[in-house]
Amino acid sequence: MLEVRGIDTFYDRSQVLFGMELEIREGEVVTLLGRNGMGKTTTIRSIMGLTRAAAGSIRFAGSEIRELPSYRIAQAGIGLVPEGRQIFPNLSVRENLVATAIPRDRAWTFERVVALFPRLAERLSNMGGQLSGGEQQMLAIGRALMTNPRLLILDEATEGLAPLIREEIWACLTQLKAQNQAILVIDKNLDALTRIADRHYVIEKGRVVWSGSSAQLLANPTVQHRYLGV
Amino acid sequence: MILFIEQILNGVQIGLLLFLLAAGLTLVFGIMDLVNLAHGSLYMMGAYFAAVLTKLTGSFFLGALLALPAALLLGIVVEVVALRSLYSRDHLDQVLATFGLILFFNEAAQLVFGVAGMTIPLPEALQGQIQIMPGLPYPTYRFVVVAVGLACALSLYWLVVRTRVGMLIRAGASNREMAGALGVNIARLYTLVFGLGAALAALAGLMAAPITTVRVGMGENILILAFVVIVIGGIGSVRGAFVAAFLVGLLDTVGRAFLPDILTLFINPIQAASLAQGLSSMLIYILMALVLVVRPAGLFPAPGR
Repeated sequence: MLEVRGIDTFYDRSQVLFGMELEIREGEVVTLLGRNGMGKTTTIRSIMGLTRAAAGSIRFAGSEIRELPSYRIAQAGIGLVPEGRQIFPNLSVRENLVATAIPRDRAWTFERVVALFPRLAERLSNMGGQLSGGEQQMLAIGRALMTNPRLLILDEATEGLAPLIREEIWACLTQLKAQNQAILVIDKNLDALTRIADRHYVIEKGRVVWSGSSAQLLANPTVQHRYLGV
Repeated sequence: MILFIEQILNGVQIGLLLFLLAAGLTLVFGIMDLVNLAHGSLYMMGAYFAAVLTKLTGSFFLGALLALPAALLLGIVVEVVALRSLYSRDHLDQVLATFGLILFFNEAAQLVFGVAGMTIPLPEALQGQIQIMPGLPYPTYRFVVVAVGLACALSLYWLVVRTRVGMLIRAGASNREMAGALGVNIARLYTLVFGLGAALAALAGLMAAPITTVRVGMGENILILAFVVIVIGGIGSVRGAFVAAFLVGLLDTVGRAFLPDILTLFINPIQAASLAQGLSSMLIYILMALVLVVRPAGLFPAPGR
């Protein structure tokens, strides 16, 4: 469904991605692993068209999207839950969900999203900025689901959240996976990721240095130690 | 007492005209981060459009009604042709470029409409006066200005607070990159907001036209007042612009009318008259300075800025 081939991405003159490769198939949960500053978020920004990749190819659902503006990429069916949540603080919870909703034929409606996150149901008329970190993360996921994405991308899905809330987020992703939702996730929690994800990409200095299944990753302490600092 | 009520009504009316101008300015500045000095030119063009169209159609109502879509269209053209490439530039570039637009519009208006000003005669229905209370007649037209201004303020409030477009405007104001990454065509939203701002400025211009004359440069003085309004109200806040426009309108009118009398209580009348003249034109700037000392982001700071 998503094929990233040999992309180079720069911030001004400093190159961050060097021929980055990535592939996600229908219904798959894939992770991007690696230490801070290795290019995980930049990869996602390149896919979303927020920082345009200078070279290479990004194909989504059969079409090239590398040079599209980010709103066209979102409309094509990629839903982003960005690093730091970035919910709209001046919109109510309800407005955060419905403002950017894209109905399509797929099934995420306001009611279903609220049912997925009962905590949000109690706070619909609160402003986004008044929510706790965990609630904001749920809202960010709900907001992305409301665009009925074919691929959901989560950048730092559980960063800075309390352990109980983290479990709730993982449970939610497990539920989404069971519904055949394709997901690309960045996180540091290797335990949870190896439980949920099908495949992993480990990146170092802007390129993929290892990729494989959860079982392969768990069986490979060298990769874990060398690139992930576990 | 009668004079006081009359001055209050005048203040309200000026406040509403200021609000129409400031609402567009604050949205454009707050959401698109664009300093648009040419906003006053749209005010002027609205008045010219109405004057010409009134002449052509023979009806003020029809002329005014047609001038609004014309101004909306003009705003959209200006945004697409001239301003779109300015969003990513810094404010100084924007000031220079939009100052250029003022010169362009002033010259263009002179070429097309002539050096002499134009007047818009009021239709008979609006020429009369309404007796507010015994001894206090008030021009019907000024009432209409107040009513239309209030109706616009309410509609704008409804648009921003209740509709999906309004949610997107607010979302775009707080985080335009994120709104884009969720599928919102920010460029199109900006064009729409700018066009809306242009139409509101034009409405203010065409409503002011029958009271004053339509002439080249009429937008510049009021633009400064509109900037004072959006700074007091909080840049990007429509509600702030509404409150601040009333404050500025009332303070300016009431100050000019009563400051000489008030000062006469303390100093001799001749000194009071000259001091009052200077002081009354400074009043709104004093208000702005005071507001900025107490609330540097304005009375109703818009979130996300």
